[in-house]
Amino acid sequence: MAEIESFKNSDKDLQKVEFTQVDQPGSVGFFGHAKGFWVTFSTIFKKPETVEYPEVKAPTQERFHGRHQLNRHPDGLEKCIGCELCAWACPADAIYVEGANNTEENRMSPGERYGKVYQINYLRCVFCGLCIEACPTRALTMTNEYELADDSREKLIFEKEDLLGPLRAGMLMPPHPMYPDMTDTNYYKGDVTQAHPSQDVNK
Amino acid sequence: MTTAELIGGDPGWLITVKALLVFIFCVVLTLLSVWGERRLVGRMQQRPGPNRVGPFGLIQALADGVKLALKEDIIPAAADKIVFILAPIISATACFMSFAVIPISGPVTLFGHKTAMQLTDLPIGVLYVLAIASVGVYGIILAGWSSGSTYPLLGGLRSSAQVISYEIAMGLSLVAVFIYAGSMSTSDIVAAQSSTWYAIVLFPSFVIYAISMVGETNRAPFDLAEAEGELVGGFHTEYSSLKFALFFLAEYVNIIAVSALATTLFLGGYHAPPFLGFTENWLGGWFTAIWFFSKVLVFFFVFVWLRGTLPRLRYDQFMQFGWKILIPVSIVWILVVATLRVLSLQGAPRLVVVAFASAVVLLVMLVNIGFDSAKKKKMASIIDDAPAPSFAVPELPMNISSINVSAPNKGVDRG
Repeated sequence: MAEIESFKNSDKDLQKVEFTQVDQPGSVGFFGHAKGFWVTFSTIFKKPETVEYPEVKAPTQERFHGRHQLNRHPDGLEKCIGCELCAWACPADAIYVEGANNTEENRMSPGERYGKVYQINYLRCVFCGLCIEACPTRALTMTNEYELADDSREKLIFEKEDLLGPLRAGMLMPPHPMYPDMTDTNYYKGDVTQAHPSQDVNK
Repeated sequence: MTTAELIGGDPGWLITVKALLVFIFCVVLTLLSVWGERRLVGRMQQRPGPNRVGPFGLIQALADGVKLALKEDIIPAAADKIVFILAPIISATACFMSFAVIPISGPVTLFGHKTAMQLTDLPIGVLYVLAIASVGVYGIILAGWSSGSTYPLLGGLRSSAQVISYEIAMGLSLVAVFIYAGSMSTSDIVAAQSSTWYAIVLFPSFVIYAISMVGETNRAPFDLAEAEGELVGGFHTEYSSLKFALFFLAEYVNIIAVSALATTLFLGGYHAPPFLGFTENWLGGWFTAIWFFSKVLVFFFVFVWLRGTLPRLRYDQFMQFGWKILIPVSIVWILVVATLRVLSLQGAPRLVVVAFASAVVLLVMLVNIGFDSAKKKKMASIIDDAPAPSFAVPELPMNISSINVSAPNKGVDRG
């Protein structure tokens, strides 16, 4: 109550409120209307802004959130360690991960664990990128690919082999042993730049 | 030899051929104009418009038509079945019929027979067109009523009110043409314009006709009956498949029909523009048809241009415009034209005609000034009469004509 009293007794004049006059648009004269007609008429001769999509594909922004990709180390081993942080971060519950232990005979990634099953359901994914932020090894990133439409629910659940990045020069198809004398920490730091001949188990 | 005498000797088979030609012409022109309109409106909005089906998207309208025909034909359970089916038929038939009296070309030779491209030449041709247009309204109102649904009913009522109101203005604007041409037959009116077009001589009539033909065809900015955001689809909300296609066809044939009538009555019909009269004999007289089509297409372009430019009118504004401006103005204009015509027919001296004309102009100016000052007075009185409320209110801006001031006892004991 005291506050109200003090407000009432202040020297503010409640009857007078500051008012600034604003120009009202009012009615448009004859030439105002003619101007509108000129706008539409002259636009006929302008080049349309339309991108003829299926034939012309405009490049996306550099960091556009498109389809995910599971990355590899430079020697071909997978970066994913099956930690499921991406699945936990996902607000749409679109990611399913099952981890498994690496063994000497079957090594998919450096260190102890690898992602055995990795699924992303693109019917659920909202492309928010929280999974990418959560990934501790940069195994999961997003590409700029946006043409993901398909005709069945099954086809839109991408498996690990759909998401894995391609083998580039110097990479070997896992499973294969780690680079000689390197630990998973070395891998993480980027000390491994390409596969060592001794890693090629098929040779 | 007048056109009436020329086409009076047509044998039956030629009449059938001409009727068929008119029908094909209407349907083909509808398909092309749907495509043309979408392309044009697209360009006006800086997009290309339909360009997928066929070269330049030319057969897009045909594809749409086929799609419509293959859709499920739904008759609502609450609909009055017979009337529901009858309505689109009435609509589509009526708009085709008005083409019967439109002279499309001058004297030509068709299958070795000398004739003119006009199906029939009634002595009251223009009245016939107006009558047929009124029959077309039945299609709209019956469709709205028989659908057994609220939105179509409202849309149908709006449409019919609109078409009937603007038909009055349209009919009145034509009276001046009748007075000058001395005939209601379309071919005679065209013949009377061989020297000067009525669009120039009777410019106010032309403007009134041009406005009312947009209202008459339910086109933007007067498309309140089909206002998508307000009434879903207007009177044809409940229609699907071929019945809807018929309404669609009717709308576009109607546009072409009123454009053709405007061409006939005001732009010299199939005659060439001034100084190009020599072209009328090209291609054995068929070149006149090209002139006719180009004039119709100019009107069609204006229709599209209006749609691309203007926002939709509010219903009351629209009705006010029709009843309080178009109709009184056309009545006054008819009086002036009739007086001038009588004066000149009775051989009154030029001085009298000029004096009368200037008196009319002076009167119009005086009325205009009177209206202006009355408007100003009204605005001033509104601001003066507003009672000063007892609570804090921003000062009124002086150039707003009305402002909603709430009741003075509200908010007295606040705080």
